[in-house]
Amino acid sequence: MIPLATDNLVEADVREKLDKIFAGYKGRQEELIPILQEAQGAFRYLPAAALREIARFLQITENTVYGVATFYAQFKLTPLGRTVIRVCRGTACHVRGSSKVLAEIEKQLGIKAGETTPDLEYTLETVACIGACALAPTMTIDGETYGKMTAKKVAEVLGDRTKAG
Amino acid sequence: MTERKPAKGNQRTIFICQGTGCVSGKSLVITGALEKNIAELKLKDVKVDFTGCHGFCEQGPVAIVDPDGIFYTHVTIDDVPEIVASHLRDNKPVERLFYKDPVTGNAIPYYKDIKFYSMQQRIILRNCGRINPERIEDYMAKGGFESLKKVLKTMTPEQVIDIIKKSGLRGRGGAGFSTGQKWEFCHNSRADQKYMICNADEGDPGAFMDRSTMEGDPCTVIEGMTIAAFAIGASEGYIYIRAEYPLAVKRVRLALKQAEGKGFLGDDILGSHFNFHVHVKEGAGAFVCGEETALMASIEGKRGMPRSRPPYPAVSGLWGKPSNINNVKTMATVPVIIQRGAEWYASTGTEKSKGTCVFALTGKIANSGLIEVPMGIKLREIIYEIGGGIPGGKKFKAVQTGGPSGGCLPEAYLDQPVDYESLTAGGSMMGSGGMVVMDEDTCMVDVARYFLSFTQAESCGKCVPCRVGTKQMLDVLERICAGEGRPEDTAFLQKLSEQIKAGSLCALGQTAPNPVLTTLRYFMDEYKAHIEEKRCPAMVCAALVRYYILPDKCMACGICARACPVEAIKGEKRMVHVIDQDKCIKCGTCQEVCPEKFGAVTKVSGEELDVPNEPTPVKERPKAEKSA
Repeated sequence: MIPLATDNLVEADVREKLDKIFAGYKGRQEELIPILQEAQGAFRYLPAAALREIARFLQITENTVYGVATFYAQFKLTPLGRTVIRVCRGTACHVRGSSKVLAEIEKQLGIKAGETTPDLEYTLETVACIGACALAPTMTIDGETYGKMTAKKVAEVLGDRTKAG
Repeated sequence: MTERKPAKGNQRTIFICQGTGCVSGKSLVITGALEKNIAELKLKDVKVDFTGCHGFCEQGPVAIVDPDGIFYTHVTIDDVPEIVASHLRDNKPVERLFYKDPVTGNAIPYYKDIKFYSMQQRIILRNCGRINPERIEDYMAKGGFESLKKVLKTMTPEQVIDIIKKSGLRGRGGAGFSTGQKWEFCHNSRADQKYMICNADEGDPGAFMDRSTMEGDPCTVIEGMTIAAFAIGASEGYIYIRAEYPLAVKRVRLALKQAEGKGFLGDDILGSHFNFHVHVKEGAGAFVCGEETALMASIEGKRGMPRSRPPYPAVSGLWGKPSNINNVKTMATVPVIIQRGAEWYASTGTEKSKGTCVFALTGKIANSGLIEVPMGIKLREIIYEIGGGIPGGKKFKAVQTGGPSGGCLPEAYLDQPVDYESLTAGGSMMGSGGMVVMDEDTCMVDVARYFLSFTQAESCGKCVPCRVGTKQMLDVLERICAGEGRPEDTAFLQKLSEQIKAGSLCALGQTAPNPVLTTLRYFMDEYKAHIEEKRCPAMVCAALVRYYILPDKCMACGICARACPVEAIKGEKRMVHVIDQDKCIKCGTCQEVCPEKFGAVTKVSGEELDVPNEPTPVKERPKAEKSA
């Protein structure tokens, strides 16, 4: 069982954002995944209140919505950090040493892959392949790609960002 | 292969690659800089445009100047002023940015003279890197949508199916089923509604050919789909694209809109009374959705879990209606077969595998990139001639094809032809086209563990042998890599593999053991070294390696001690440093930071070096060795 976040979102806010999203849909089950994708875009994760509203809108059980939301890796039930770091764990990256890069980031941020720092600053994830294999090993920070990574370069890349941000 | 029309006057266009690989290399910034520089120099006859992926990602960001055909590699923002002033204004191409032949060192300005390209035969990727993928007119200028016109105006669905059958085209998604037959089954199903689906859920790690095709030439996928829809009698279509491919989604959506605008999609296409509407569905990150029944469940808004077949999708697919699913590359091939004929297509390839195949060539290879080669080519030609061999003079160990469903083939297979049958015979498979090269520094047990960790995480959980079996296998492999392997482990892995293969419903479970089975078959010695000698021959498995500082090489500079993340290195000025083996986490940082001129840190596996446990004075050495 993947726990839902205990959030202090105001119900009215959730409903207002969702109503805007629902306006573009007809209320059929086939729309569940696109709606979850849009809702996650709006909230940066899927609050429990939103899952309940989506179930009501599509006239399906909350259980079905939860089942789909937990099946697909894209959906997050807990808030993401302000900066999202994704380390590519594709085969090309693996044979060129991405596990060391990942270990180094885990050490520097003090969290494991899949976790978010307590101050909600960083979320660290792995991704199966971003398809920039010529640059292996790669990682992305908020969508920007960093290629030919080494454990040594991690500090540089993370350091640059803390200074810049 | 470069056919370029002479331009009027001095009209030139510089095409920047904007595939994901080159964009990662900052090609968008370069495009902006080019535009600015050209405007500053007030060059009137020069245009800046962009293309999709050229395939030669190792050399990226790349650019090509038309009509000269000059091909620039490794372009950076600092090169922009020189390209603009020297080439675009003064007609002097910038030789320093030409491709350099790794053997001769010669600078080569044209595609056709570069071995990476000259040995390829591009059918599926024919327009990638040649047209602006966001302008349908560019595709049409290359003969795009002529095949659709021919089909709708002069052919019956049966005739279309017949040509595709005769061409010998087999599904490029992995299993290699005859495309024409698949269409025929769906065509023969009677229903008020049928669906044509394009599978663009390219999930194999290390594979990016479908993405590059959609990013570089989205219209051809749409044209192929429309022809297929006509053949099977579908009026609705879906393209299911992996959500991790935002650029592909964007370009496909744009191409759909443009195709509708030109009357190639929608109602009464080209006055033929044939209607076809295509919707884009974005995946949400589940590898198993590449399986056709799981993919359809996902389109329906459900958990993407496969179901048993029969009934096959051709009889009962999406929403219970007859449906046909084809891979992106299959779709991109169809318009060419219609245009040039079944015989022409069948003349390429081997007896049972016709045409060409696209591979994403990656890993320990000089030329990473996307290649398209005739079926039947030898692995050796791909790796050593097109791929340029293995960098750093390292020795080849294995080539992995077919992603997590495939296997690792050893050197003995390098002279085997590449086609569906021979790869399967070797225990691997064609798969969707990932090809990862591994050298002597790759541990095959670790590779098997890596793939199992992937399939174990991606197993949907429906079939017990897959859900529980892959977890068991992963546990055993992790134990072996941690130096706790037991003598009976290899036999256990073998047995479990066979049970998972036999007891799983879909291809994910049926093929998940392949990486383990092939490594057991070809690299048993490595398993034995791990289990019996507690040694990792490639020195990859952290638990089985040790780092030592060599007393006769250490100059006591202290860099390693400062860099060590766990303070496992003892030492002081003029004292040889020592690694505390109990504290060491084998991260390898000390070896990375030790100055090259000293090279004092060494890595061993399966042995212990006799070095002092405590720091000892650095021995005096001749002054000739300049120390820092």
